[in-house]
Amino acid sequence: MKFTLSWLKDHLETEAPVREIADKLTMIGLELEALEDRAAELAPFTVAYVKEAKQHPDADRLSVCIVDTGNEEVQVVCGAPNARTGMKGVFAASGSYIPGSIHTGVLKKTKIRGVESNGMLLSEREVGISDEHEGIIELPEDAPLGAPVAGILGLDDPVIDIAITPNRGDCLGVHGVARDLAAAGLGKLRPFDQAPLPGAFKSPVEWRIDLPEDKAAACPFVVGRYFRNVENRPSPKWLQDRLRAIGLRPISALVDITNYVTFDLGRPLHVFDAKKLKGDLTMRLAEAGEGVLALDGKAYTLDPEMVVIADKAAVQGIGGVMGGELSGCTETTTEVFLEVALFDPVRVAATGRRLGIISDARYRFERGVDPQSAVWGAEVAARLILDLCGGEASEPVSAGTLPKPKREIALRPERARTLGGLDLPAERQRAILADLGFEVAEKDGQITAGVPTWRPDVEGEADLVEEVLRIHGFEHIPQAPLTLDTTLPLPAISLRQRRVAAARTALAWRGMNEAVTYSFLAGAQADLFGGIPDALRLANPISSDLDVMRPSILPNLAAAAARNADRGLGDAALFEVGPQYRDDTPEGEDLVAAALRAGQSGPRHWDVRPRPVDAFDAKGDALAVLEACGAPVANLQVTADAPAWYHPGRSGVLRLGPNVLANFGELNPRVLRAFGLRGPAAAVEIFLQHIPEPKAKSGKQRPALELSPLHPVERDFAFAVDEAVPAEKLIRAAKGAEKALITNVEVFDTYAGKGIEDGKKSLAIAVTLQPREKTLTDPEIEAIAKRIVASVEKATGGTLRT
Amino acid sequence: MEDLDKLQTHFVEATAAATSLDMLEVIRVDALGKKGQITGLMKTLGGLEPEARKAAGQALNAAKEAVAEAIEERKLALQDADLDHRLEAERIDVSLPARPAEVGHIHPISQTVEEIVAIFGEMGFSVAEGPHIEDDFHNFAALNIPPEHPARQEQDTFYLPERADGTRRLLRTHTSPVQIRHMQAHEPPIRIIVPGRTFRADYDATHSPMFHQVEGLVVDETTHLGHLKGTLIEFCRAFFMVDDLPVRFRPSYFPFTEPSAEVDIGCSHEGGVLKIGAGEDWLEILGSGMVHPKVLENCGIDSTRYQGYAFGMGIERLAMLKYGIPDLRTFFDSDLRWLRHYGFVPLEAPSLVRGL
Repeated sequence: MKFTLSWLKDHLETEAPVREIADKLTMIGLELEALEDRAAELAPFTVAYVKEAKQHPDADRLSVCIVDTGNEEVQVVCGAPNARTGMKGVFAASGSYIPGSIHTGVLKKTKIRGVESNGMLLSEREVGISDEHEGIIELPEDAPLGAPVAGILGLDDPVIDIAITPNRGDCLGVHGVARDLAAAGLGKLRPFDQAPLPGAFKSPVEWRIDLPEDKAAACPFVVGRYFRNVENRPSPKWLQDRLRAIGLRPISALVDITNYVTFDLGRPLHVFDAKKLKGDLTMRLAEAGEGVLALDGKAYTLDPEMVVIADKAAVQGIGGVMGGELSGCTETTTEVFLEVALFDPVRVAATGRRLGIISDARYRFERGVDPQSAVWGAEVAARLILDLCGGEASEPVSAGTLPKPKREIALRPERARTLGGLDLPAERQRAILADLGFEVAEKDGQITAGVPTWRPDVEGEADLVEEVLRIHGFEHIPQAPLTLDTTLPLPAISLRQRRVAAARTALAWRGMNEAVTYSFLAGAQADLFGGIPDALRLANPISSDLDVMRPSILPNLAAAAARNADRGLGDAALFEVGPQYRDDTPEGEDLVAAALRAGQSGPRHWDVRPRPVDAFDAKGDALAVLEACGAPVANLQVTADAPAWYHPGRSGVLRLGPNVLANFGELNPRVLRAFGLRGPAAAVEIFLQHIPEPKAKSGKQRPALELSPLHPVERDFAFAVDEAVPAEKLIRAAKGAEKALITNVEVFDTYAGKGIEDGKKSLAIAVTLQPREKTLTDPEIEAIAKRIVASVEKATGGTLRT
Repeated sequence: MEDLDKLQTHFVEATAAATSLDMLEVIRVDALGKKGQITGLMKTLGGLEPEARKAAGQALNAAKEAVAEAIEERKLALQDADLDHRLEAERIDVSLPARPAEVGHIHPISQTVEEIVAIFGEMGFSVAEGPHIEDDFHNFAALNIPPEHPARQEQDTFYLPERADGTRRLLRTHTSPVQIRHMQAHEPPIRIIVPGRTFRADYDATHSPMFHQVEGLVVDETTHLGHLKGTLIEFCRAFFMVDDLPVRFRPSYFPFTEPSAEVDIGCSHEGGVLKIGAGEDWLEILGSGMVHPKVLENCGIDSTRYQGYAFGMGIERLAMLKYGIPDLRTFFDSDLRWLRHYGFVPLEAPSLVRGL
């Protein structure tokens, strides 16, 4: 919402400097977006007289001017064709800053083709008021020498631009802004003339409202007035200046008046060229498929949810949104019919949205226009039309009934303190509300506030507290500490949230970098990771690359690794802890820690040789996260049935029976190909929600530590087993041979090839025995070793290698 | 006895002249070995008279000890020299790089969330969460945003396909639906913060279709706007680690709060560099207000008894301001160079006690 300072002063009697007004606007909730003070910017530029302009001795297109600045005479070399003796122009002295100059920066004293030049005579572009650069600005002869040019050019009226929140339709007119400022102590609100203007004749055009009963609220009331013998000439300069200052193009007096009243009082209007109307005007719903050519020059097809203004022949306007082109006013208009209507904000918003029309009228109607303005709007507009276009006005005509929303809200004065935190005397609260236009009374220690018609947003006591505090100033509310109910703060995060942090920390310590990627991705990528139900396809994606919810985090990490490889960073180690989606219910959102390593295990190094990443990197990542999250890692089983996006022979699942805690392994080469990843990639998905919760009764206590004084014994065994036998089976068999004494079994070698039968492999294990009560004798150790061999051979069908 | 002196002198001098442990061993054997010269003299003692034997024995022992001591001393010196020699030979180029062991980085969004949680945790807030795929009621209607409300038009909502019953799920446009879910499930007093993903169909230099917010909600019988000011001023100062950071509350409008306020922090732009702190400018960082009575009622909470405040802020924006990250879109690029540069080593969980 833009307006100029002088415009504001039409409504507000104030001596406050513009900066103070701007700051106050922000502090009462009308946030300043911009303050454009052209007078300050243009202050260095003054009126100067060209005493003499003669040809430059060495340049055909330059002239040498002797310029009287009012203080002194200076010599200026000028390239403008219109520079001539006796003219008045805009002078910039050396050292001043020229906003619109191609030579950006500060003007310097210089020599042009051997002739000294002290300053410059400016074009409109150089002053920054237009793109005109053909010649220098010519000022009127009576412009006072040495005076600042801003006033002479009509640029000395600061432009204020404020943001209006959707609830404050009343401030979409300068008068409403002035009311708020007056209440906030920045001056006195000047009333505007709402008095009825007598009509000279009976309007030949009548209003009708023809709406179904259940949609009567679409247009409850409309006023009209007919004007004859008007002359639609250009608006006067003051009106044109104001419209231009806020970015509107002056068109003709009639059109400018509708725009002006829209911004001045927040009252949208429409004027019809009455000679182009056929019969009376009716507010009705559009018929399906009915069309109209609107004032923006575009044809629109309407639907029966939209209100239109129609004459006998056709639709002449879209209610609350835009008028029709064919009955619009032009320079030749002499008969005018004025429309001042009320429309349902919701319907206007829906209509505007469906048609894709954003107009100043729609903007105001959908935020709520003061119903009373239907009455005074017709009077204000009539006065302006008669003033600017002459002619005479009819008596007003109307249809429907003016809604008179009479609402009273009670305010307990202590609510300023108990809700607002500020102890404010009741008198002050009453005064603020009265200044804002509320009808204030006192009843049983409570304030009753009659809500003014222009404030449909004020609905309850909390709104009144806000009005009072807003105008008094939020800055006066003392800050109060939020006290704890407990002496010390309690834990803020849940087990699930701790696990997220634990997973993140574990992976980062393993050298991986955390990424945060979108929750959506391309459908084709989702298909590689198990696909997504139709319910998770976005109805309005921002692009086809981001059109479905992700069924897995891995495709995003794979894509990220590929992007990094394209930048020359082929060895990526990335992870993300976040959501993936199974269906559209809250339960269908899974919390997953996913990690992906691509390329080599590390950089090339003089001592450590990097190797391609593989499934065991991923398995290590999985176990690190599971352990950090408190999963019983010693009890996990490994199975080789990971989903299809993994390499079928190089992947696995970590589980507790049917409960899958993690998938890990090398990514399927088909997936790598789809993402353009050249090297191998090892990935893991850990389902944090599937990790069992720790048993509450054991608490934080650890089991007692048993430190044996007896030295542990280590024995090595190598077995030849079928290739298909999982190492885990052998380890379990060895461990099970003597549960009381065997504390650890490690696989320290696997081998297949020479010396081993085809289809078999050798697995070498180191078994640690921890004696419990006494040192083990050699025969005892021998006996245990035999049991280990027997147990392994029985479980795996293998044989001890000797 | 003269012979013994000469012999001792001979061996001590030879010892001093020995240049290797091998040479020294030859000397030791020659002097003190089984067949050594001094050992040989010891053997002659038996043939002497007791008196003479005593005197000669003492002299001989003294000489033996002196020689043994000299040999031992020399042995240590030679061993030392040997070790020095070996150490010299073992010299390596310590300027070679160490074995690679990269520590990864925590994303600035995670770090910022943890910092926010650390601060509000001290004030007695706990962390709540909710689903990203929401329904109209929780995301809009319960928050006092009716279907045609202008505020709703300003949010570009991602929708999922229409269901058989005509309803549409959507991606939550803010973290506020978690307020609703929490109030539906819990009795006051309530004191929560809600960090999480949010979605809006918007993509340009300053908008990302996915971003993060943190929501705060307090509901009890006494909390008022002064407490909101107190909470947020303390938060801003603790988060940005600026004790005297100016914090400004401006009246504003949100459908779900009344009164509503936007919050600005002080800043300056010196030499094109943004600095958070007392300065000539203000930066808007969050929206807040007292929970609208209708919102409480929509959640089954008696608005004549309970009241409270809510606030919401953008996590990326906070991270950008605190850590000088220039571009929002880069947060989601997963560029390793960016992650290493702006990320955080996972040294410790952020806490107010240690400093943020």
